[in-house]
Amino acid sequence: MALFASLSERLNHIFSKLTKRGKLTELEIRSAMREVRIALLEADVNLKVAKKFIAEVSEKAVGQQVLQSLNPAQQVIKIVNEELIALMGSGNAKLEIASRLPTVIMMCGLQGAGKTTMCAKLAVQLKKQGKKPLLVAGDIYRPAAIDQLKVVGGKAGAEVFERGTQSPVKTAREAVDYARKMGYDTVVIDTAGRLHIDEKLMLELENITKEVEVTEILLTVDAMTGQDAVNVAETFNSRLNVTGVILTKLDGDTRGGACLSIKAVTGKPIKFIGVGEKITDLEPFYPDRMASRILGMGDVLSLIERAQEVVSEKQAKELEKKMRENSFTLSDYLAQFEALKKMGGASALMSMLPGAGKFKLSEKDIDERKIERIRAIILSMTQKERDNPQIINSSRKRRIALGSGTTVQDVNQLLKQFDQTKELMKRMKGGKGKMRFPF
Amino acid sequence: MGFFSKIKEALKKTKDSISQKMRQLFLKNKLGDAFYEELEEVLISSDVSVRTAEEVVEEVKEEAIGNKIKDEQFVTDLLKDILEDTLNEAPVPEIKYPCVIMFVGVNGVGKTTTIGKIANWFVRQKKSVTVAAADTFRAAAIDQLNVWAERAKVRIVKHEEGSDPSAVVFDAVSSAKARKTDVLLVDTAGRLHVKENLMNELKKMDRVVGREFPEATFYKFLVLDATTGQNAYSQARVFKEAVDLDGIVLTKLDGTAKGGFVFSLCGELKVPVVFAGVGEKIEDIELFNAEQFVEGFF
Repeated sequence: MALFASLSERLNHIFSKLTKRGKLTELEIRSAMREVRIALLEADVNLKVAKKFIAEVSEKAVGQQVLQSLNPAQQVIKIVNEELIALMGSGNAKLEIASRLPTVIMMCGLQGAGKTTMCAKLAVQLKKQGKKPLLVAGDIYRPAAIDQLKVVGGKAGAEVFERGTQSPVKTAREAVDYARKMGYDTVVIDTAGRLHIDEKLMLELENITKEVEVTEILLTVDAMTGQDAVNVAETFNSRLNVTGVILTKLDGDTRGGACLSIKAVTGKPIKFIGVGEKITDLEPFYPDRMASRILGMGDVLSLIERAQEVVSEKQAKELEKKMRENSFTLSDYLAQFEALKKMGGASALMSMLPGAGKFKLSEKDIDERKIERIRAIILSMTQKERDNPQIINSSRKRRIALGSGTTVQDVNQLLKQFDQTKELMKRMKGGKGKMRFPF
Repeated sequence: MGFFSKIKEALKKTKDSISQKMRQLFLKNKLGDAFYEELEEVLISSDVSVRTAEEVVEEVKEEAIGNKIKDEQFVTDLLKDILEDTLNEAPVPEIKYPCVIMFVGVNGVGKTTTIGKIANWFVRQKKSVTVAAADTFRAAAIDQLNVWAERAKVRIVKHEEGSDPSAVVFDAVSSAKARKTDVLLVDTAGRLHVKENLMNELKKMDRVVGREFPEATFYKFLVLDATTGQNAYSQARVFKEAVDLDGIVLTKLDGTAKGGFVFSLCGELKVPVVFAGVGEKIEDIELFNAEQFVEGFF
């Protein structure tokens, strides 16, 4: 399903009959919004939320001037995109710290949302900030949930407090007392996954918040959740007054419309997103990326705009020529990385591409730090070395490694990569320079 | 056995609101465009895909006009029939013994729990069952399956955490063959369908069963969380490409989510829903029944 194609193509189709520029009319908006509505629904934005959102945006859009550089379809997308960002972006996304330690964080959510894994990810994050977290095993129902927390807690290097199948309310109390005594400043309580309509278990969560002073109640939601996300978020929020939301499994190809639904019904900030199975796979939430993702079109507009800014037509032509002549040097290689950096880095670039999830790029390919390292290495070379990498012998390699704060192995690796890229470009020559960036 | 009674009960919450909505809608709009538009929205609110909803409602509309019958009950019945036909487009496979059933799906949909329940379901059918703990990745997944195996009183084949899942499958197949087990249920690690290396790992397990146990009928069931939205289609499509699915287990139907995405899975991908999970207890699994499922929808 080429979702990106469908939204932008449909919009372009609607506006293709309109040659005139100028202000957006009500009729144009209405027909465009019909398509936006479908895009939102296909992204799992709740129907009621989508309708309300569209009504509000339409009102704002009528009469707006179409920018010189955009066509009406793009103008509508721009407005919708901005509104989505505004809606999802407000609120403090940092974890609160209690005035009287320890800070207590309670996880909650449906079964299978990813709470236990998230506890370990939070522990890693907290430790990075110099905190001393204690994980508490409060899921006494799912078989082996306690073991699971112990294993992932172990990987995170965090202690796990457990009292077997004793009441989680009591365990929470004991854990907080223990934390205070032992000098843990943050307590993360894992809880059992539960349906929001499970009265007994919802009561249990309420009782934990009565028993200990909880600073953060984080609702963990699977990013793949559909229309029901509003019911879940609404119920958890009204019962517990959650303080923030964590979206998990965003490393899949879901468009994550649940995010907008949850934000709309709770008003609570999205504090983190889970983007992989490793315990370090936790990221802050970027509303702009999420907006593009929900619209299913990647941030195509800004990608185009930024691409035009950073790579002038002339530069691109030069590069093509170099490819033809096979005179691609390390300086050109660096120039490409610089351009990439200006465009917001490789991962930003990936996130801007529609359907980027489909590309078989593993995480290691788009590691920002790796790009930084490459940059440092090339900058530590002399101009001659950049133009003629063959002359880089082992003593030069040592010097370059020293200058860039890397190792000789790193330098070797880069040179090998450069050779591979060159080879790749040679092979791509048949493609008539269609692909300008060999990434 | 109360065939599907629990599903009906589970979907009752939905039922009240939808039929209420339909009635209101009808009283308000008669059978004008607004009526059909809202009908479409009722389906979309249940996670039926926009396309399916549009198609189904269009069909209802044409039929209703052709038949010149203009009352709400007729339209509802018509809609039910069409939805049921869609579900029946993918026939449920008949289970032949001995068999191997491998459960696949993304993380957190309830594969391990489902296997525990289905093991118990087969035991009640007087079949001998072995479960294979081939989720060697998730922390404590083996322990979790072990608890379920004890509850269902079935044998379990397991290795260490972190070991090769295909090796677990190999051993489980040898063991099932030697003991002439009727049913071998294989748990696998949750994996997002976009992760190619993990999908390759699954294909390898698939090949091991095919090669080592050709005399058994081999089914691959995709476990899907009813709470999921339109991504379910993407999951089903990619898993089907990888291991050629024979059926779907729809879990967590005891919540307020309706799992309306199954219509496009049955209709377009031709993968039938076989089992439905309707609670946390070991007996909370039932054979899926299209008629009852649709009935519960309205």
